[in-house]
Amino acid sequence: MKTYQEITITPINNVDSRAVKTGAWRTWRPVLIPEKCIHCYKCWKVCPDVAISVESPEEKSLPVWDYDYCKGCGLCAFECPKDAIEMQREVDQ
Amino acid sequence: MRKVVTGNMAAAIGAKLCKPDVISAYPITPQTTIVEYIADFVADGSLKTQYVKVESEHSAMAACISASNLGVRTFTATSSHGLLLMHEMLGWASGARLPVVMVNVNRAIGPPWSVWVDHLDAIMQRDTGWIHIFAENNQEVLDSMIMMYKICEDHDVLLPGMIHEDAFYLSHTSEPVDIPDQSKVDEFLPKYKALVKMDLDNPLGFGSLVMPDNYMEFRYKIALAMDNVREKIIEVDADFKRLFGRSYGGMLDLYRCEDAEYVLLGAGTTASTVREVVDELREQGKKVGLARLRVFRPFPYEEIRKLARSVKAIGVFERAFAFGYMGPFMAEIGGALYNTDIRIPIKDYIIGLGGRDVRTKHIHAIFNDLEKIANSGKLDKELKWFGLNDGNRPEEEM
Ligand code: SF4
Ligand code: SF4
Repeated sequence: MKTYQEITITPINNVDSRAVKTGAWRTWRPVLIPEKCIHCYKCWKVCPDVAISVESPEEKSLPVWDYDYCKGCGLCAFECPKDAIEMQREVDQ
Repeated sequence: MRKVVTGNMAAAIGAKLCKPDVISAYPITPQTTIVEYIADFVADGSLKTQYVKVESEHSAMAACISASNLGVRTFTATSSHGLLLMHEMLGWASGARLPVVMVNVNRAIGPPWSVWVDHLDAIMQRDTGWIHIFAENNQEVLDSMIMMYKICEDHDVLLPGMIHEDAFYLSHTSEPVDIPDQSKVDEFLPKYKALVKMDLDNPLGFGSLVMPDNYMEFRYKIALAMDNVREKIIEVDADFKRLFGRSYGGMLDLYRCEDAEYVLLGAGTTASTVREVVDELREQGKKVGLARLRVFRPFPYEEIRKLARSVKAIGVFERAFAFGYMGPFMAEIGGALYNTDIRIPIKDYIIGLGGRDVRTKHIHAIFNDLEKIANSGKLDKELKWFGLNDGNRPEEEM
């Protein structure tokens, strides 16, 4: 714990936001059901945490989830036109 | 050079002289002409600044905050509901310790809709961590801007500040104003040097989350900085006088108070009317005075204590009412005196809300009332809505 004399004038940090693994907040995990996916990449577009990546859209590769940062908000599952993403409770994993 | 200008032109010229690198503002009556005059200066090339047009006052303040974070001087101006819309961002500016300077044209809060003077817009920003200076005339608007940058940008302070000017009485009324030479202003106000700033080559996170074990310490640093403002205002006022020949009395502007028995205390242009009446009553041998609350934050409690020790009664005049209690100045003055041995009557006069005219005859009536209180030592009542039309308003209050 720092004293008021030791701290900077206003909170300033040099920690890259990638150091904060927001995936630890997750209660519900989005899980892809590959056979339902039509490669529209709507999930990739809406994810507020940029936790979904697509390696090669030309080759219709499947979306891939980065669970280090996915907070489990469920937006991808909600927006998926084919219900190809299932939100599963973490405790049930 | 002396020029006859409105308060808003004085503010625009003040902005030009202080050379902010970034200006962002959104127009609102009666501040609009400040924005327009500045646009003219930018268009004719006499003011080199980045003039950022935005869609709201909230964004104007956000633009100033971002620019200030990059270590440059910034300016904005607003009024009333515009200031209220900025409110959230005001706290960010002070918390991030950014010396943003603004001019606010005091205007009533609606409804009832009103474009005329009232100080409640300023009072509602009391606890935002901004320095508040109320100007009495157009010269003071301009001079206070130059002084405000100097105070805010001092590394012992690093806080934002706002200068208040009364709607229409100053904003749209022309008065002779001495426009200082640019070279003198440059000498008085060197380029802003930030203590910490954003640097694209060395990215850092600003205003980030702190855990409860450190929040109080950051707030305490703001409190300390605000305390430093007191002596800084007095110091800058003296420096300003040396260079420009004008002074505004520092924290509390006292007029004929040395031997006064009862005084009126309040802010804004009403102080000019009180000054006039003080002179008239002094001619009649009455020992009266004016204490003009020039600085509202930090609050001049020490100066008020000193004054209260030498007088028999204080009347507070205020163009604002804090619902559920009394006039906001009255509450603060009471607080300043409570933990002392000073026990003099203080009466609160709510006057001139929403631009209702305050004339010399009204101030005479208030001084008459206060004289009775001073002589008897007895307060009839704490609070009076002066001039309120309740069906039997006396002639002197009309
Ligand atoms: S939104 Fe659904 S269908 Fe579209 S790419 Fe994502 S998972 Fe596949
Ligand atoms: S659950 Fe939310 S955070 Fe996680 S991948 Fe889907 S949209 Fe992104």
